[in-house]
Amino acid sequence: MTTTALSHDASSVHQHAESVNNAVFGFWIYIMSDCILFAILFATFGVMQHNYAGGPSGKELFDLPYVFAETLLLLTSSVTYGLAVLAMNRKNKSRVLGWLLLTFLFGLSFIGMEVSEFQRMILAGNGPERSGFLSAFFTLVGTHGLHVSFGLIGMLVMMVQVMRKGLSIPVQSRLIRLSMFWHFLDIVWIGVFTVVYLMGVM
Amino acid sequence: MFGKLSLSAIPFHVPIIMGSVGVVLLSAALILALITYYGKWHYLWHEWLTSVDHKRIGVMYIILALVMLLRGFSDAILMRSQQAVALGADHGFLPPGHYDQIFSAHGTIMIFFMAMPFLVGLMNVVVPLQIGARDVAFPFMNAVSLWLTVFSAGLVMVSLGVGNFSHAGWTGYPPLSGLHYSPGTGVDYWIWGIQLSGLGSLMTGINFLVTILRLRAPGMTLMRMPIFTWTALCTNVLMILAFPVLTVTLALLALDRYLGMHFFTNALGGNMMMYLNLFWIWGHPEVYILVLPAFGVFSEVVATLCGKRLFGYTSMIWATIAITVLSFTVWLHHFFTMGSSADVNAFFGIMTMIIAVPTGVKVFNWLFTMYQGRVRFDTPMLWTLAFMVTFVLGGMTGVMLAIPGADYVLHNTEFLVAHFHNMLIPGALFGYFAGYAFWFPKVFGFALNEKWGKRAFWMWVSGFYLAFMPLYVLGFLGMPRRLEYYTNPAWHPWLEIAAVGAAFILIGIVFQIIQLGVSIRARETTRDLSGDYWQDGRTLEWSTSSPPPLYNFAQIPVVGSRDAFMRIKENGSAAQRPVEFHAIHMPSNTPAGFVIGVLAFIAGFGLIWHIWWLAAIGTLGILATIIARASHDNTGYFIPAEAVQATEARRTRAPGEAGRAGLNVFKLPGHAAHVQQGQS
Repeated sequence: MTTTALSHDASSVHQHAESVNNAVFGFWIYIMSDCILFAILFATFGVMQHNYAGGPSGKELFDLPYVFAETLLLLTSSVTYGLAVLAMNRKNKSRVLGWLLLTFLFGLSFIGMEVSEFQRMILAGNGPERSGFLSAFFTLVGTHGLHVSFGLIGMLVMMVQVMRKGLSIPVQSRLIRLSMFWHFLDIVWIGVFTVVYLMGVM
Repeated sequence: MFGKLSLSAIPFHVPIIMGSVGVVLLSAALILALITYYGKWHYLWHEWLTSVDHKRIGVMYIILALVMLLRGFSDAILMRSQQAVALGADHGFLPPGHYDQIFSAHGTIMIFFMAMPFLVGLMNVVVPLQIGARDVAFPFMNAVSLWLTVFSAGLVMVSLGVGNFSHAGWTGYPPLSGLHYSPGTGVDYWIWGIQLSGLGSLMTGINFLVTILRLRAPGMTLMRMPIFTWTALCTNVLMILAFPVLTVTLALLALDRYLGMHFFTNALGGNMMMYLNLFWIWGHPEVYILVLPAFGVFSEVVATLCGKRLFGYTSMIWATIAITVLSFTVWLHHFFTMGSSADVNAFFGIMTMIIAVPTGVKVFNWLFTMYQGRVRFDTPMLWTLAFMVTFVLGGMTGVMLAIPGADYVLHNTEFLVAHFHNMLIPGALFGYFAGYAFWFPKVFGFALNEKWGKRAFWMWVSGFYLAFMPLYVLGFLGMPRRLEYYTNPAWHPWLEIAAVGAAFILIGIVFQIIQLGVSIRARETTRDLSGDYWQDGRTLEWSTSSPPPLYNFAQIPVVGSRDAFMRIKENGSAAQRPVEFHAIHMPSNTPAGFVIGVLAFIAGFGLIWHIWWLAAIGTLGILATIIARASHDNTGYFIPAEAVQATEARRTRAPGEAGRAGLNVFKLPGHAAHVQQGQS
């Protein structure tokens, strides 16, 4: 740091806190807009959910215990991310890394199960081009899966950052925003599980 | 290797298209040659293309808007001349396939690449200055928004010479826009062009919402905010709520086209009417996204140029908020003929009429502001007056269309075309022109020429009436919209009048170009040395110099009331200089925004032509840029107190000698001095 920079230390810290707050607030707004995105996909699914076009319905396609296992993986990953944030607040770098890794593995298994579910359906001839219902199903569930995948990439990036930079203020701010994103996806999944799978099988 | 792309995609055999491509390429080559000749590449890159300064980003947005206005207007002139001649045996000079692309491109360009950049540009320039901030909340994201918009406009321009543009109208209704009826790449240009610019708009919305809610000067409560900032705030809320709907709608259409899904197809469980609903759930709020900031401009102009406090500030704000909320409850009036039940149509008809009420409140507020004021007939005020008269007329035809029974008769006729141009040209474009003339001296430090401005104004307004009033008549005569050829001779005279109107507007645009040239040449005579060019400036943007320094305010002002700058002037404290100066923290420039724009263009082009490796390069490149940027901790530097003091001293020197040094036309002071880029 140069001497000029040193004399601005106080205002620099203030600047930092302010911009972290703004970033978190901005991220909340982004999540609101993402909420709208999912709302529209849910509404679309609502319109299309019985347009089987002679193809299979959800009742014939969904394997509820399998999806329930998926759900548990994702919900648990939210808990482990929460523990990572707690460790972050205690400035325990290795714990943070450990919990993040665990969260990443849970998330990855969730995506793995989802991909293999999709693969099974497509191979059986029940891909998204089969009917309006299946188009809406693959798009809604797939968009959520895409979000989770971006979350996983973010987690990899953050693990590298924690290792290289430690728990600096910007790194903490990014960890907080990623955690908001991750919990948000959890909530969306509860909607997916209820509206798509449970109500589809009923 | 190159997907659907081959040399045959370039229409060498169509002289009109090759001519336009030639003009575009020649002008681009000329601009590039001039930049090279004057050795300005370094300056352009360091001061503009990588800039994160809100004023410069705003200027670049407005330049984009003006360029695209020329393109969109060329389309309009082609349509008007085609319809003026294409009667009976004469089929005019445009074949149907080409004519369809022209009206699709005209609508798409005017909404997404003229109006949106223009209003976002004005917001960029004005909002941070009005709220006493030094930049927006996320300056880098601001640059990303800009470059996404610029390069998506680039995609639409490329469609002129490589392949076709969509022929499915600017609304892209399926099944016409589906793969079955549009197997080419035209619709894909339309999809990816507006998808990318829509992402830019969403980011702008988030950015400015946070800016307005978090970066206001101390003491500026919400009810002390300038009215333009209020309308910008409501527009941002609408952007955040509406644009994700457009994103999803376009994505679903793309999935139909690329992966063979069945959202909007005619078979296998698709539902076309769902597209119309989704599109207009975005589309109607979009109208208010375009119009509200213009209302803000008119409010500022009326108050300043009548030398009076705005009448009914509080009611103006509540009217704006009411419009914001109600704008989500009227979308179905775009397709009453879908065949919903009478109850549903009646509900949306009544809501549509109700939304006219807050708009009426605003019109009365402007009128009462003028009442007993000293009205100065400068160009911004002229645009405002023309708006008030013309917009009320358009509003009344809107209420006519809101009656479902009447709509069944007028649906998809020229009456509708007349109506929405009657709303958006005065309601949005005149407002942007007023804002352009009003804040031009603030941004560049010299004024626009009034004489040419007034000439352009009169040509525009008379051209507008000549071009669009006949369309109302044609609607009643039963002429459908989007005809490239017709056989009814009763329509012909009205279409000829409309063509004359378009020629008037063309002259108006030529006058505006002359005005810009004349003003730049005469800039030394119109320097704004006080910073308060209109002398009756009421809000904080007039309290700083023209052009404002990079950091906007040497000292963040403390606000004690509405019309903060007016209060400062009344207290006689305007000329006071701050006692001591502090170092100011500013964000550093970065090429990342520009790079993301280029990569998005590459990805979009790859997707349009099914060149998957190219699309992958673009997408992965964007991801890599974002990750690299997110690992970059401290972006920013301090302008030392001495440099601030020197800049301020230059400004507050005796009038006459002030501001000469270092000011040239496209140079805002303070930028060149990126002094001490010390990373803190």
